[in-house]
Amino acid sequence: MTALLVALGAAVGAPLRYLVGQWVKDHRGTLVVNVAGSFVLGLVLGLPLSPGLVAMLGTGFCGALTTYSTFSWEILTLSKRGEIAAAVGYALLSITAGMGAAVIGGALAHTLVS
Amino acid sequence: MDAATSPRPPNFCWDTVRVVDRTALAVVSAGGVLGALTRWAISVTWPGTVWTTWAINVSGCFLIGVLYTRVERRIPRLLIGTGFLGGYTTFSTAMVEVSVAGLVYLAATLTGCLLAVLAGSLLARR
Repeated sequence: MTALLVALGAAVGAPLRYLVGQWVKDHRGTLVVNVAGSFVLGLVLGLPLSPGLVAMLGTGFCGALTTYSTFSWEILTLSKRGEIAAAVGYALLSITAGMGAAVIGGALAHTLVS
Repeated sequence: MDAATSPRPPNFCWDTVRVVDRTALAVVSAGGVLGALTRWAISVTWPGTVWTTWAINVSGCFLIGVLYTRVERRIPRLLIGTGFLGGYTTFSTAMVEVSVAGLVYLAATLTGCLLAVLAGSLLARR
């Protein structure tokens, strides 16, 4: 049952990441989904949801919407092209914005619950 | 198509729906489901530690380095790269786990993943 819920969430999250990538070109698309997914996961984990909903929205949807593999590949590609400043900037921006978004999502959940 | 024969005025949503490659969407979705299920299966086999996510992300980065270096064709790249490895690795969990495991974990994930994608791409070079 949990596996089915994870699959359902991922069946939406992964193609949504692809669509955002078609709309927002280059690594900016990955930045958008990674930051948005971190925010949603912070929110999901902060709300009093059932284990099944956490599996679907957290493990499935947010897990498939965000990606570390494409993120790493894009940093490698920028570095190989000699765009070191862009590679470092992209890595730092993704991580700071991702962590910030997760914290804001958690804080929003805390506000909604209390 | 001119305005007289156009069924409706062009707008962002309609144009996006029209140009979307449905094959690509289906392939990415199928790969993403398999990748997420693999990540879930690994995380329930070795629960309770953030290093499980670390190992998933590092192994996924190694494999995308191999795949994108060696495979040129679009559909396998979409199915295994964007789909499977995108669904298998996760940025959001890695971010949330920093609040539990600290900045050492953040640095270990970033350096581990970057070294892995580099190693994968170097090993896959013909």
